Amino acid sequence: MNIVVCAKVVPLSSVTIQIDPATKRMVRKDVSQELDPQAAKAVEEALRLTEKQGGSVTVVVMGGDDATIGIRGALAMGATAAIHLSDPALAGSDALGTAKALAAAIRKEPFDLVICATESSDSYTGLVPGQLAQLLGVPPLTFATSLTVEGRTVTIKRQSEGGYDVVTSELPVLVTVTTGINEPRYPTLKGIMGAKKKEIRKYTAADLGLGPAEIGESGAREKVLTVGRPPARPAGTVIKDEGQGGKQIADFLANLKLI
Amino acid sequence: MEKFRGVDYYGIEDLLSEEERMVRDAIRDWVEVEFLPLVTQHHRAGTFPVELIPKLGELGVFGATLKGYGCAGLNSVAYGLIMQELERGDSGLRSCASVQSGLVMYPIYAYGSEAQKEAWLPRLARGEKVGCFGLTEPDHGSDPGGMKTRARRRGDAYVLSGTKLWITNGSIADVAVVWAKEDDGEIYGYLVEKGTPGYSTLDISGKFSMRASITSELSLQDCQIPLENKLPDVKGLKGPLGCLAQARYGIAWGAVGAAMACYDWALQYAQQRIQFGKPIASFQLVQQKLVWMITEITKAQLLALQLGRLKDQGRARPQQVSMAKMNNVHIALETARMARDIMGAAGIVDEHPVIRHMINLETVKTYEGTHDIHTLIIGRDITGTDAFGV
Ligand SMILES: Cc1cc2nc3c(=O)[nH]c(=O)nc-3n(C[C@H](O)[C@H](O)[C@H](O)COP(=O)(O)OP(=O)(O)OC[C@H]3O[C@@H](n4cnc5c(N)ncnc54)[C@H](O)[C@@H]3O)c2cc1C
Repeated sequence: MNIVVCAKVVPLSSVTIQIDPATKRMVRKDVSQELDPQAAKAVEEALRLTEKQGGSVTVVVMGGDDATIGIRGALAMGATAAIHLSDPALAGSDALGTAKALAAAIRKEPFDLVICATESSDSYTGLVPGQLAQLLGVPPLTFATSLTVEGRTVTIKRQSEGGYDVVTSELPVLVTVTTGINEPRYPTLKGIMGAKKKEIRKYTAADLGLGPAEIGESGAREKVLTVGRPPARPAGTVIKDEGQGGKQIADFLANLKLI
Repeated sequence: MEKFRGVDYYGIEDLLSEEERMVRDAIRDWVEVEFLPLVTQHHRAGTFPVELIPKLGELGVFGATLKGYGCAGLNSVAYGLIMQELERGDSGLRSCASVQSGLVMYPIYAYGSEAQKEAWLPRLARGEKVGCFGLTEPDHGSDPGGMKTRARRRGDAYVLSGTKLWITNGSIADVAVVWAKEDDGEIYGYLVEKGTPGYSTLDISGKFSMRASITSELSLQDCQIPLENKLPDVKGLKGPLGCLAQARYGIAWGAVGAAMACYDWALQYAQQRIQFGKPIASFQLVQQKLVWMITEITKAQLLALQLGRLKDQGRARPQQVSMAKMNNVHIALETARMARDIMGAAGIVDEHPVIRHMINLETVKTYEGTHDIHTLIIGRDITGTDAFGV
């Protein structure tokens, strides 16, 4: 089974994200990057599937030159190969532009299954996977909390508000995985050493047959109008225990219909 | 307090390769998730989380610089960064890895027979087997050359007798690298397996330092081992000293990790702790301490890094390793003490990692050559005269 994982490389979680007021884009220059922890779960899920039934895991990343550390992170976990979509022309692409670039790259590969995170942990739009499935012409199975493949049949447990739905489809499909699906492995030191020797294929926008009408800032149909802070949260209620604390907490919770 | 944010005031990150950074980040995450939640309970109980040893093996930490035998074959800088991150967790965790890698796997790799290497290195690398290193004795610490432990040939066996003291991992070790003198007055290394008649261990209790680490006494009473358990390729004090140079190199990095942990914690604490209506970080005297710490940490990072580069070029001299061990442990201990001070009363409880690092570093200052012994080593090197008093 050939699995393609779409992964994003994001600022380290310990970095406080800055927004450039002029471009309204996240500042990524000179910021330490890592494989998105959400994407690591997609990689992990792909590795578990191929460890059981064979096949390859190709990681596709769109990002600047400093994304290689995250790409090597996925290779160090055990992915077979990686594709890096790296071109200044791609910078500023909106979700659809990103999906188009990813789809163009994936179409060059024989694939049975595409796995994405539900959303990235830096910008959280969650738009790309659905668009990508549409462009690839495969059904999207989203919010998977578990994923199995028997023969050509894919089954997921799709997280829903009250529990989960069991959804099945025939390959090829695109699956998005949720945070809870697994605990990704740590890359081993040998894996890190081995990652150096694995192939990272680079594609430019031209290689993908994409131009300014579809990608980059010029191709973006989404526009970020303003970026602001969430409103400050109102101060919480402090209950001082003067003998009645327990009752006060119970009343508070009952009021919210939590008990 | 926020998660550890790393300490890099001088863009030293830029001097690391991508691979070195990946190694560091992998170990940093591992320590955060797998080790730190356990450390307080083990520190209190005076135990080591032995279940983590195979996990460290799986990551590839043990013997990480060795080539073949299932080892990762990293460069020295990457290995140093591993030690830094482990000791950011606890000196006991780094000690376990240092002993296994630098003091057990290294001598087998460098001085052992092919059969010894095949028998031990892959299993030690995987963390299936644990090793310890027996050099120090009750009456011979800084002057191991005076050791009393003897090895005598009797038929087709060596018979070892003597006592080794302060041995990290002693009682959990499957194999001890024991240094002993033969009748020719020379020191040789021997592999003593757990369960060999005449070989027993006893843990040292009542430690105030390095509590989350096992420290034992090894007793060898007419302990017979096969001839093939002698390390064939080394003779004299240079055997154990060669191992110590490996482990001291790791300590030079490890101490920086402990210092970084204390600094990061104390800085965050000082920014949050309000006295006289202001964060204590706004007082000049507190700033002076924080500035001293970050300056010394930065210098120590550069010292360790350049030592690693020299080591990878085969140019690091043991005296340079001594300087890095001496300096970096000293500044780490001072950093821990200042961090403890900045935290006031909160600095003495184990809810915060600072006091644990501080008291651990008292051991680190002493073992693998005390601070003063390293001073004498460098003194002899630069002046050409020996001040050991012999
Ligand atoms: C927790 C822990 C773990 C350890 N693990 C190991 C291990 O795994 N394997 C092992 O073999 N050993 C181990 N050691 C032992 C350690 O290496 C020794 O403690 C160290 O070498 C110092 O020896 P000593 O304690 O006998 O001190 P001493 O040698 O008695 O030194 C006492 C003091 O005298 C000073 N001094 C000694 N000689 C001179 C001199 N010529 N000039 C000036 N000052 C001098 C020293 O600097 C020191 O301040 C461990 C120790 C500890 C505390």
